[in-house]
Amino acid sequence: MSDALESFVRKTCAELGHDRTRMMDVVRAVQTQFGCVSNAAMNLIARELKTHRVEVESVVSFYAFFSQRQKGKVIIRVCDDVIDRMAGAELVAKAFSEELGIGFGQTSADGKFSLEWTPCIGMCDQAPAALINDVVVTELTGDRAREIVRELRNHMDPRKLVRRHGDGNNGHELVNAMVNNNIRKRGPVIFSPTNRGEAIRKALAMSPAEVIRAVKTARLRGRGGAGFPCGMKWEFTRAAPGDRKFVLCNADEGEPGTFKDRVILTELPDRVFAGMTIAGYAIGAETGILYLRGEYAYLRAFLEDALAKRRAEGLLGKNVCGKPGFNFDIRIQMGAGAYVCGEETALISSCEGQRGDPKNRPPFPAQKGYLGCPTVVNNVETLCCVTKILEEGPATFCEYGTQGSSGTKLLSISGDCTRPGVYEVPFGLTVTEMLKMAGGEDAIAVQMGGASGQMVPPKDFGRKICYDDLATGGSVMIFGPGRDLLKVASRFLEFFIEESCGTCTPCRAGNVLLKERLDRIIAGKGEPADLPYLEELGETIKATSRCGLGQTSPNPVLTTLKNFRPLYEALVKERPVGLRPEFDLQAAVSAAEAIVGRKSVHVEA
Amino acid sequence: MSQEVTFTIDGVEVKAAPGQTILEAAEKAKIYIPRLCHQKDLAPFGSCRICTVLVNGRPQAACTQPAAAGMVVENECEKVRRYRKNLIEMLFVEGNHFCMFCEKSGKCELQALAYRYGITAPKYPYMWPKRDVDASHKDIFIDRNRCVLCGRCVRASRDLDGKNVFQFVERGERRRVAVNAEARLSDTDASVTDKAVEMCPVGAILKKRVGYNVPVGQRPYDHKPIGSEIENGQSAESKR
Repeated sequence: MSDALESFVRKTCAELGHDRTRMMDVVRAVQTQFGCVSNAAMNLIARELKTHRVEVESVVSFYAFFSQRQKGKVIIRVCDDVIDRMAGAELVAKAFSEELGIGFGQTSADGKFSLEWTPCIGMCDQAPAALINDVVVTELTGDRAREIVRELRNHMDPRKLVRRHGDGNNGHELVNAMVNNNIRKRGPVIFSPTNRGEAIRKALAMSPAEVIRAVKTARLRGRGGAGFPCGMKWEFTRAAPGDRKFVLCNADEGEPGTFKDRVILTELPDRVFAGMTIAGYAIGAETGILYLRGEYAYLRAFLEDALAKRRAEGLLGKNVCGKPGFNFDIRIQMGAGAYVCGEETALISSCEGQRGDPKNRPPFPAQKGYLGCPTVVNNVETLCCVTKILEEGPATFCEYGTQGSSGTKLLSISGDCTRPGVYEVPFGLTVTEMLKMAGGEDAIAVQMGGASGQMVPPKDFGRKICYDDLATGGSVMIFGPGRDLLKVASRFLEFFIEESCGTCTPCRAGNVLLKERLDRIIAGKGEPADLPYLEELGETIKATSRCGLGQTSPNPVLTTLKNFRPLYEALVKERPVGLRPEFDLQAAVSAAEAIVGRKSVHVEA
Repeated sequence: MSQEVTFTIDGVEVKAAPGQTILEAAEKAKIYIPRLCHQKDLAPFGSCRICTVLVNGRPQAACTQPAAAGMVVENECEKVRRYRKNLIEMLFVEGNHFCMFCEKSGKCELQALAYRYGITAPKYPYMWPKRDVDASHKDIFIDRNRCVLCGRCVRASRDLDGKNVFQFVERGERRRVAVNAEARLSDTDASVTDKAVEMCPVGAILKKRVGYNVPVGQRPYDHKPIGSEIENGQSAESKR
């Protein structure tokens, strides 16, 4: 075993040129091959990559999909986001647990199975879902979960679980997935026909500055959520001094409730790669990296194949499309289960083979990004828009949407609605119109923009979805009558606590404190003073956190406090003088009661 | 070389050399901006966030934000003071800090910041985490109960000592400083003369057998508040 490990690590590191910045790939390979990255493995990797052992441990311990302890041959990861829980994930989890005879976080004694929870895997439109190694299973029930375990016990091959294919390219032999695209509405930008290679050829006929001007004229803003003007980002990167520049595509779609990039990558990978190539031409880069979240590993072979075909056709490689001197190629970097890597500087850290801690800004990636070089990081959908803009011209793109938000937006709609899925809509659509479209008219609240977004109340359903009003990276979660919105907020906080990198004080400690007080209120032990306490704490976290994760993590609490305050007020009450509401007298005396063998007499608070 | 820039901190005009951070420029002007993770000679890290100031009304970390001409910086306004108090209190409750029997008392920067901000007891509930102590090394011990994850030891060991003895592992609440060995500090090449050992602002990395060489009551912050050395123009630089 140890000989096998040593030769495997040697071979893997050698294939990657003993490049320390490729540590993610090395660790991932070892994890997949041996089911863990042991002490011995970390020592070997450190030696082969000429780094320190603790640097390897810092990476291994950071990502949820890496483990120092031995994992089962088959790892079942049940998605535990809010939407999956609403769809019955807990029943599914119970069935898995009973059938396997192990609890969550455990590995079976025979070393065959591990069972875990995992945050949103981008399947909210077909929840409850789970990852079984790289295979995605959706629309689970308790019965189906039991059946899956029994079947796996027979062959131990998750790929054999695929018995019917989802629509579109999910049926492609290299995807081979049961996932459904659920494209409910096709719009004029993303889900409309294009001519392969036309956008690149048109771009290459222009100067890089003209390409940037076209993107600026289209007023294209980043689709990941922050909405930064894309052309400006490119211009900064082009102008930044540096011999080497890079284009990174952020396909780390981790915001709970988002799954539109999954559909783009399944159906329109060429449009993404074309967008990256155009970006490379515009800023003067020769290398692009698609950072693909670990949860979407099932798409990797398909995407690699798409890249190979592009190389064969001259759409990538040396002298792209015959343009002398323009060389551009793309590699795929796999993530390994870390939401924070969707933050652009954390994504860069991860691509560099480090833990996914965000970097300080300034310097911004446009000045100093990947490997210290000027770097553009764009969202998958943004790059698709680029391709369309170059193909049809900025004027056509600007025909859709509003003045401040041109073009269309993909929405990933899930939760309490009859038609969950992906919708391409022009910016400016109201929430009411959106709910009607998705069959969620009886919503009591809509979470716009994922866990880090805002909880929108019915009185605001007339508001418009666009950058200047209700901004969203695409996640829309609908909550119908009877849903407990405070528990939803608490679940979101749990998510942020788990996914915080822990670098800065407010995000690391503050979110834990926020959840403690929220849960106290939910348990009926809150007092009125807890509401300003939450607001003050939330404001501090937002204002002082180091990156976007912490700067938005209090939003579920702050926006429910603002928009659904009566829910909180109904749960908190003043206590008699001198009694602290969180103090449970009964619990405090129970140990003594057990010793003396009788109940104590006390006054009810 | 480009020109010096002028900006204001709480209405006071301050000059900064090109590339200087707000915190560095302030220090030169005898204005103390509280900090914990920042340390001269180490690359700015921006993790504790205690140096948060308002720049044209927006919160920014003074240790990483370059000074720019015309900036209006607020350092001592009510809002900033509130943020800082909250951050200091968070650091107290997320670890296990028992000042009364910590040998760093009186020269601990976290304790001194609490005094400067008038914090006697935190408003947040204690988390009482379980953390490890590593006393394996003959001259140095690590008490992670008191660690504030400022990363000074990580940066100092890497950039000043050239050793990489320390690094962060895990994430979120479980984030901690690990050593470059399977478990123990004694299995690394750490030495008591390492800069990394000097840099700890709290009592998390301490030298053995010297803890009470200076009696409690005669320690730097027993008499003067933290930051007064900067306000009096005796910055760390001039002390060296």
